[in-house]
Amino acid sequence: MNRTLPFLLTFIVGFTIVIATFSPPLDRLAVDTAVFFSIIAVFAMILGGGNLVKINLVKITRRQRDWQFAIVTLVGFFFVLIIGLFKVGNPGGVTGQVDAPGTPFFDVYTYVFVPVGATMYSLLAFFIASASYRAFRAKNREATILLIAASIIMLGATPFGTMLTAWIPDSLDIFEVPNLHFFLMSSPNLAGQRAIMIGIALGVISYSLRVLLGVERSHIGKDGG
Amino acid sequence: MPPAPGARSIASGGRVLILTLTLITLTSSLLATDPGPGSIAPPTLIMVNDLDYDNGESLTISWVPSLDDVPGQSEVVAYRILRSSGGGQEATIGTVLAGESTFVDQSVNRDSAYVYRVATIAANGGEGYSLPTDAVVPNREWLNWDLVWLFLACLVLGGSVVFFIETARRGKKLFVRKIAGLEAIDEAIGRATEMGRPILYIPGIQDMDEVETLASLTILGKVSRQIADYDTQLFMPVARSLVMTAGRETIKTSYLEAGRADAFNEDMVRYITDEQFGYVAAVDGYMVRERPATIFLLGAFFGESLVLAEMGNSVGAIQIAGTARPPQIPFFVAACDYTLIGEELFAASAYLSGEPRQLGSLKGQDVGKGIAMAVILIGVAAATIAELTGSGFFAGVVSTLQNVFTTR
Repeated sequence: MNRTLPFLLTFIVGFTIVIATFSPPLDRLAVDTAVFFSIIAVFAMILGGGNLVKINLVKITRRQRDWQFAIVTLVGFFFVLIIGLFKVGNPGGVTGQVDAPGTPFFDVYTYVFVPVGATMYSLLAFFIASASYRAFRAKNREATILLIAASIIMLGATPFGTMLTAWIPDSLDIFEVPNLHFFLMSSPNLAGQRAIMIGIALGVISYSLRVLLGVERSHIGKDGG
Repeated sequence: MPPAPGARSIASGGRVLILTLTLITLTSSLLATDPGPGSIAPPTLIMVNDLDYDNGESLTISWVPSLDDVPGQSEVVAYRILRSSGGGQEATIGTVLAGESTFVDQSVNRDSAYVYRVATIAANGGEGYSLPTDAVVPNREWLNWDLVWLFLACLVLGGSVVFFIETARRGKKLFVRKIAGLEAIDEAIGRATEMGRPILYIPGIQDMDEVETLASLTILGKVSRQIADYDTQLFMPVARSLVMTAGRETIKTSYLEAGRADAFNEDMVRYITDEQFGYVAAVDGYMVRERPATIFLLGAFFGESLVLAEMGNSVGAIQIAGTARPPQIPFFVAACDYTLIGEELFAASAYLSGEPRQLGSLKGQDVGKGIAMAVILIGVAAATIAELTGSGFFAGVVSTLQNVFTTR
């Protein structure tokens, strides 16, 4: 039963949403289903928060490795939770907007959270460099083609690329770096991306049917029943 | 010389005719409008149309703007839309700025008839009212005929998937090509077991309503079964609470099936945070501290994909990645040992299970690919011939294909 009920729910809700796509009167059901999901997800947040607190409390009480950082996590968690939940310092009181400018919650988000997130994101620049270095090493024929194509794309996006091939006569302007860049991006690259997209769309249809028809049940436990 | 009597009579008759026509025009103009104080020309030709393919909840009102609504030097500031129903009181239901000529009324009921008027509002407070429209009842359409081709495509694809599932169920052997990334799962888990280091499973950063997350959890079911057999340590940090719950259930089921219920620990799956880079910081930190031997990155990834994959690479882990986000695929290809590209992520669970019915669904998917390839070839050929020869027939073929495969 604990496998059959989730399957039945999946089947009914899934096919209702598929049919609702083609039938305007049922469109409301699809919207309502999304709202149901949001409500369930909000309740699940309590589970997530509870798990975070439990894990870190255990770490502190058992003095596990780096337990001091768990204190920082919990202090941060409860501090933001309290100033957000009770709208501490909010001029509108408990009925005010939670993200009203000038409130402690707003300040923590704007001046602590956003810069910290941006710092993590900025690591991407260094990782792109290191990944490109490995990917573009001309170890074999495919990697060499990749290196040449990548060089053209990079040069084509800079003024130096334009300058490099400015001497090419107009009759052969297809060989100018910016034009090669445009060709690579709009023809081979776009064609490849679309092929992948078509494959993904078909894969989603096939996978969804497996789930809706109960052929694939491993996410709710194998073999049903 | 005086004009001939007959000519005078004709001229006089002409003047009478012009006068009469002018009077008729003025009278009809006065009848068509109901100028208020500081009168201003009202909008004309008020049309009310039922919105196509809806649940009978919308009517579109359109009009020809007032003669006084001149761009740049308009005396008109706005148009007021008034509505009455069943002989009841007329009420204002909306206002649009001067220059606009349509309004969508989304507050109608299917069972009622509605009459509309549109009023011009002048800067000096004057108003000019149009005549009321005929009563209009909104219609409900049960099928969206704009999507009929999409519906047929879904029927063909869905039908072929179901057909091949049934074919496989009857025992017909189906060939499925080898997928390197999935063949390497054994090796990757074995490596972690031999090295005595943990396996890190990252299911993306999206929730359970994302099909990639669901596909990732089905793969997790197969992978964790093998991890349970090998008695290797597994860690799965998640960015969504529902994924945590579903992930725990999936792993628990696998451990039960492997007869290793005692080895299952809820803390294998931990909620970190919903925030993208907070999650990345925690997972990267885990990689640096614990140095997992094997990392699975399967699911929906965005800007964090390369930050995770490069960190995994730097700690020397064998990495198997897969996503259906085309912009992230090159990052995974560059930083990981194996990458499941797009559809391979969705095929993985069927491939790993080896179950005929699931493999059959992959064959059904191939029918869709065959149709897509045929249509692309026909379209390219027709467009080329139409361009070279100016043939109307081939241009028609291209236009028809564009119509069929464009969803409005």
